[in-house]
Amino acid sequence: MSTASRMPRHLISIDDLDRSGIEQVLDRAESFAEVSGREIKKVPALRGRTIINLFYEASTRTSSSFELAAKRLSADVVNVRSAGSSVDKGESLKDTVQTLSAYDPAAIVIRSPHAGAAQLVAGWTDAAVVNAGDGKHEHPTQALLDVFTLRRRFGSLDRLKIWIVGDVTHSRVARSDILAFTRMGADVTVCGPPTLLPRQIEALGCAARPTLDRVDEADVIYVLRMQHERMHQSFVPSLREYAGRYQINDRRLRPDQLVMHPGPVNRGVELSAAVIDSEQALIGEQVKAGVAVRMAVLYELLVGSPVLAAVA
Amino acid sequence: MSPRRLFHAVRPGDDLLIRGAHVLDPRTDLDEPLDILIRNGRIVELSPPAPPAQPGGLPASDQIDIVDAGGKHVFPGFVDPHVHLRTPGQEYKEDLDTGTAAAAAGGYCAVVAMPNTAPTVDTAAVLGSLIERAQREARVPVGFLASITRGLGGQELTEMAELRDLGAIGFTDDGKPVVSAGMLRKALQYQRLCGGIVALHEEDPALSADGVMHEGAVSARLGLAGIPSVSESTMIARDSALALYEDARVHFQHLSAIESVQALASAKEAGARVSGEASPHHLTLTDDMVRTLDSRFKMNPPLRSEADRQALVEGLRSGVIECVATDHAPHAVHEKEVPFEQAPMGTTGLETAFAALYTELVLPGELELATVIERMTAGAGLYDLPTPTIAVGEEANLCLVDLDTTWEVGEDGYVSRSSNSCFHGRTLHGRVMLTLAAGAVVYRRPMLIREEHARSGAGAAHGEGR
Repeated sequence: MSTASRMPRHLISIDDLDRSGIEQVLDRAESFAEVSGREIKKVPALRGRTIINLFYEASTRTSSSFELAAKRLSADVVNVRSAGSSVDKGESLKDTVQTLSAYDPAAIVIRSPHAGAAQLVAGWTDAAVVNAGDGKHEHPTQALLDVFTLRRRFGSLDRLKIWIVGDVTHSRVARSDILAFTRMGADVTVCGPPTLLPRQIEALGCAARPTLDRVDEADVIYVLRMQHERMHQSFVPSLREYAGRYQINDRRLRPDQLVMHPGPVNRGVELSAAVIDSEQALIGEQVKAGVAVRMAVLYELLVGSPVLAAVA
Repeated sequence: MSPRRLFHAVRPGDDLLIRGAHVLDPRTDLDEPLDILIRNGRIVELSPPAPPAQPGGLPASDQIDIVDAGGKHVFPGFVDPHVHLRTPGQEYKEDLDTGTAAAAAGGYCAVVAMPNTAPTVDTAAVLGSLIERAQREARVPVGFLASITRGLGGQELTEMAELRDLGAIGFTDDGKPVVSAGMLRKALQYQRLCGGIVALHEEDPALSADGVMHEGAVSARLGLAGIPSVSESTMIARDSALALYEDARVHFQHLSAIESVQALASAKEAGARVSGEASPHHLTLTDDMVRTLDSRFKMNPPLRSEADRQALVEGLRSGVIECVATDHAPHAVHEKEVPFEQAPMGTTGLETAFAALYTELVLPGELELATVIERMTAGAGLYDLPTPTIAVGEEANLCLVDLDTTWEVGEDGYVSRSSNSCFHGRTLHGRVMLTLAAGAVVYRRPMLIREEHARSGAGAAHGEGR
């Protein structure tokens, strides 16, 4: 920890972290990964502190891994979901956050269908805010666990060639990944139907291609979820045509290429069943990394920062 | 006889001597220090300034209020052809009193209100009651556009002739485009019967879809659905063709894109009777501001790229775009304090229009001061309203501006009922000190002495920090 960089107060965007900040979180995550291997998977780091998970969108992986991460740090955890809460009764985000803030939480983890929600929450509470996905904007902890997974496999992302394939337009994972991967030194190419690649996406520092023709140059293919509703909006004429052009299957995959996916997977659409279950898929490792990385994020925001540690 | 088209709570004309201000009126070629004597709300004398201590010049009689305006500027009062006063129906955002007070504070002596209220201004009954309210509440003269289609529904024409007879300046479905070319064509044909300008909010909803900001690098970064520039320019091209075909008089509202300026220029070259406006925010800000995800920067049309902004400035300079319009669009705090995608579109603009243009365009040398003044008053002529003019015999419609005053937008709150200004927190140069509209003083900024007191007193007496 000799070169510990100053952690931001909140984690809203990958832009809140420079390269050394990302490395600091990942180094911390390595030590927490070890905790997850123990029989008693718990450390007392956040004992007596409260973490609120505020989820305005359905989520399995992210919400459960944030909950587990907080519990393994010995925090008290409150889960608030939009269904069945006062949100259902029309309470505004601001009022909900101010109400929950009265419980003096150390952190609020928020998932929202709207870009910028986490940033707004940060302005309304004294708690540290962690963005667990805001609209199609960002999902920084997903990107951190993706970098963690790749760093474990390759040692470094420097000059690694990563293709992100699929519906980039509607993907917060793609945006955070492009930022995080390039910050860690990788070359990123996004690929998908032109209807699902945002105009001027190259401004994020990646290349953009409409076909998989050159995907064999990739070391890693990061496949995005194809949402069925996109079909009805005519972004693609049919899932059949989409799968025909963009599915990653054994025919397209070289034996030394690795495959990632943020889940949940549509088997037989963006990925063939055989690839999902193959040795080349890192999907299980990503899920496993989720808990350790989220422990590290909470720890670094609430305890690990030299600045905050001095105050506490 | 044509009916009146501007309405306000009439007050007796004031008597006032404005001493030593630099008077700039591009239409009368005034550009020099003058004393302005106003009696009964009319400019009765313009003369070289007399030194305050000496006799001569204009008589400074005991009965007359004297404004010592040395070093300040007097311009003709601004006219805004595009404001939302939210009345009837959304008075919690703005009403005729607060909206026209905000106009007065911005140096405006007349504004034109849009009909997308609740209910829509689409019948004589609604327009009639609105005119009555304006005659009771409006501090500066207000004109009204009625809607082109009933309820802005795009399906049936309003009773345009009756609305015109009652006092509507013209027609617009502002807030929405007239999607059907056939419907617009009928409105343009009907214009031959009833007159009145047809003003258009141009947007192809099939292209703008669920967009919330300009489509470009910033929307790609933020994951926000984009509104492409062509959603505006293709409609301007279409409706210019209709205007030409029907020889109709059409005004394009709030241009935002380079393609739109080009489409307007081509339409004019082709002989169409079309005009255009641009807003202070589109002339000074870009989509880069949206990176903050602050909903103050959410408006329709959206803030676009730097190239678009420059094209608008050039269009305004060359006259392809004839006038500045604020599109003053107040919204309540709770409506704007939500994630960007959920927030309503619109920014207030009346109180900041001149200072924003002066600070961002005149001081850096992008536009001449005289051009800005001309464009901030030209909306009157486009809408067949009297153009404020500084000349002997004219009704006093003017504003006194201190170009050397620097202020932070929002530091003293807002005159408007709403505070959703996209310039909030910005330091601007140039402040309106006094406004006369229809011969009466409608705004007078509390004098500077107060501020100086506040500054010199606070630090020493209380110290800093806790």
